[in-house]
Amino acid sequence: MKRIVVRGARVVDPAGGRDEVADLFIEDGRIAAPDGSTSGATVVDADGLVVTPGLVDLHSHLREPGREDKETIETGCRAAALGGYTAVSAMANTDPVADNAAVVHEVRDLAERAGMCDVFPVGAITRGLGGEEMAELGEMIQAGVRMFSDDGRCVPSTRVLRNALTYARAFDGAVIAEHCEDASLAEGGQMHEGYHSYSLGLAGQPREAEEIVVARDLALARLTGGRLHLCHLSSAGSVSLVRRAKAEGLRVTAEVTPHHLVFTDEDLRTYDSNFKVNPPLRTAEDRDALVEGLADGTVDAVATDHAPHAVEEKETEFDQASFGTTGLETALAAVLTFVVGSGAMTLTDALEAMSTRPARILGTDDHGRPLEPGAPANVVAFDPAAEWVVEPPFASKSRNSAFLGRTLRGRVVHTIYRGELVVADGKAQR
Amino acid sequence: MNKHLLSIDDVTAEDIVRILDTAESFREVGTRVIKKVPALRGRTVVNLFYENSTRTRISFELAAKRLSADVINFSTSGSSVSKGESLKDTALTLQAMGADAIVIRHSSSGSPLTLTKWVRGSVLNAGDGTHEHPTQALLDIYTMRERLGRLEGLRVAIVGDVLHSRVARSLSFALVKVGAEVTLVGPPTLIPPDAPGWGAQVSYDIESVLPKLDVCYMLRVQRERQRQQYFPSVREYARLFGLTSGRVAMLPPEALIMHPGPMNRGVEIESDVADLPNSVIEEQVTNGIAIRMALLYLLLGGARDARPGGVSDLGGDEEEAGT
Amino acid sequence: MDEADVRRAVTRIAHEILERNKGGNGLALVGIAARGDDLARRLAVEIERIEGTSVPVGVLDITFYRDDIGMRAEAPEVHQTDVPFDVTGRTVVLVDDVLFTGRTIRAALDALVDFGRPRAIQLGVLIDRGHRELPIRADFVGKNVPTRKDDDVRVALREVDGDDGVVIEPAPTLRVAKTGTGDDRA
Repeated sequence: MKRIVVRGARVVDPAGGRDEVADLFIEDGRIAAPDGSTSGATVVDADGLVVTPGLVDLHSHLREPGREDKETIETGCRAAALGGYTAVSAMANTDPVADNAAVVHEVRDLAERAGMCDVFPVGAITRGLGGEEMAELGEMIQAGVRMFSDDGRCVPSTRVLRNALTYARAFDGAVIAEHCEDASLAEGGQMHEGYHSYSLGLAGQPREAEEIVVARDLALARLTGGRLHLCHLSSAGSVSLVRRAKAEGLRVTAEVTPHHLVFTDEDLRTYDSNFKVNPPLRTAEDRDALVEGLADGTVDAVATDHAPHAVEEKETEFDQASFGTTGLETALAAVLTFVVGSGAMTLTDALEAMSTRPARILGTDDHGRPLEPGAPANVVAFDPAAEWVVEPPFASKSRNSAFLGRTLRGRVVHTIYRGELVVADGKAQR
Repeated sequence: MNKHLLSIDDVTAEDIVRILDTAESFREVGTRVIKKVPALRGRTVVNLFYENSTRTRISFELAAKRLSADVINFSTSGSSVSKGESLKDTALTLQAMGADAIVIRHSSSGSPLTLTKWVRGSVLNAGDGTHEHPTQALLDIYTMRERLGRLEGLRVAIVGDVLHSRVARSLSFALVKVGAEVTLVGPPTLIPPDAPGWGAQVSYDIESVLPKLDVCYMLRVQRERQRQQYFPSVREYARLFGLTSGRVAMLPPEALIMHPGPMNRGVEIESDVADLPNSVIEEQVTNGIAIRMALLYLLLGGARDARPGGVSDLGGDEEEAGT
Repeated sequence: MDEADVRRAVTRIAHEILERNKGGNGLALVGIAARGDDLARRLAVEIERIEGTSVPVGVLDITFYRDDIGMRAEAPEVHQTDVPFDVTGRTVVLVDDVLFTGRTIRAALDALVDFGRPRAIQLGVLIDRGHRELPIRADFVGKNVPTRKDDDVRVALREVDGDDGVVIEPAPTLRVAKTGTGDDRA
């Protein structure tokens, strides 16, 4: 009969349409009726904090099984909880690849044992991510998977993707998530192709490498009537294409990463490999279009694309460095500092893009819901004014953060997962 | 001057003039019987060459030795990864050896800048990937000034694979900085679309550019680029953009023909042309040592831990101190 | 010293060089840049006028031989060196404007022996201001000028500065600011 009372916070509940100072009562893993009683309860003083549904990440690489040196499900979940996430999608490009129920079960079990947040394993679209044969989507659906992605790679064959989109229509709630990148155009590209790549002497990949595949995939969504989700958009052109597709009524959703909302290709002038990401950071015009797209709903959600890498994979010659930045511990603060802080979005809308909408894309009822009695108690309390510097130690095993050394405003103080305080006073409890 | 020389961005127009003037004195040292001065005695210069380059490495080695510095050569082909030791570990080892300067040539753009994070000494970029090769640009400018007597208003064409050429970048930036006019010439596939942002003109027609040049600078075109389909065939490239003896006749008589080496005779430049008198390709090599001596002197001749005005001034101008 | 003083000093030194070396044969003048070379050229002109012998003149920049490289914030500025004759077997007269600690001359000696093996090296200076830090002495001196160590001695030569002359500026002394009009000393 675990009881928690969160007192005096500003409750921002995008799905429930609430923004007011109120107390929150939690019992037995669910939101309870606000009866005012604190007897036998852990009282959390949340004066000055914002309380909102726990964040939901559509896109994370937890590296287990296979690369436990970079991250494990446990450390990834801890990082997620400290970042205010109560649900995280784990991408399939592990070793072995998550293209069957066995790996899916293993990932889920490890997450359950860690007990800090829900992990939704993402299944591969094609066997071994080879791009040629469909993986056993049905078996994975039965194991509870809803999102399928070959992320890390694009599905090169239009025919294979068409079939996957069509086939997945049999399963309620299944969504095909694509990493849009034309391999032959993008080949060898270290960063965005433009003025900076030319003057830095680094091979670049043009935005067309993404836009061409976005256009292709949207055409397939039209052809098949399937549900498509576009991962980590990086260009203004992609946003326009999605806007038009949605106006047309296609079943498409899209996500953007915090780093693409903040940084540009100019930030690579120091050859800092923490900015080496795929898709690359593009120009200021692209970044602004992404922010605008998120604000007007064309881009549905913020997703971290949390990509931990070992030190030696990042502290090396730029063109040898692996692509990716971590993101779970900094996403909320980054969005608060740069997107809400600049006035591009209201707090409510930004939080909706980080909890309610991604939860809906994943098809989970346990997260991002209105904070009403009966709803699972997945909640985060953060201090919107707290300033902090992004620096080690991190909960993640890796420290390749694009935000390293920056001062961000907004810090998670408490995270409640299924009614349990997994993060209290900024410290993980497990 | 900056502590490192990683790109032409690190030097102002005034710095460039100072480097050229200092190189003048070092060229004189090369004419003496004892081609050595004790200026950098006790300093250690490391040549860290990840790319095979006998010519540049020897140039730097001679430059350091003629300054009486101690030289360590650390050459290997391939990346640090294939060598088995990370760039960072190599850097820390060199640091522990007390390297005052590290001259690095590497196939990854940006490696010299990355290196500065791990070492205390000065870092000199001897060519990084397709990014920059500042010492080559400086020695080329030196050759131009020496032969033609001026830099401002000089009309220079850089011809060939500009896209993949670190020499083209450094030279272009440096020439624009000292007031010369630069035209980049080659097939559209080998010229970065943003080149006008560098302050240079672009032309796809070599013959229209030749009659108005003071310097024709030919870049090396690797046969590999044909395999990557930047142009259909070597034959067509040579026909459209090669410097043939016929084309040389279109140049003004005083114009210089230059090439950073090594040459692909028969591709970008006809064999006979390379041996003509207004071709200064040999001089570029000699001047290279002088320029590199000047750079090592200017970078290391200051206090070891150079802070502006850090060490107490030992007396106003150089005539006073130690007189 | 004014223009006339400098002229007379140069003439006298030229005579002394010829007297000491019994003529101008086998001699060479090497001036230390900057200003030493202008003096060397003037001496060569004087010697030619007096004896009719043409003595070769060279310019030596000693920057690379300085003992204080690496002690100042920036590398010292470099000048031209041009020694267009073989020093081996010759009596080389080093010429400089001011002799002070002796370090420049030490550097010049090191530079000179890298060019070859002179039969002898002599030193001629316009001004000797004392305060030697090394065992160096001049063979020919225009004028001995006692100075304080931190004084500033400047030689101006027509070729470089437009006019001839020597100026000695005492080092600025630090004065403690007095408050008010001195009442505090009551």
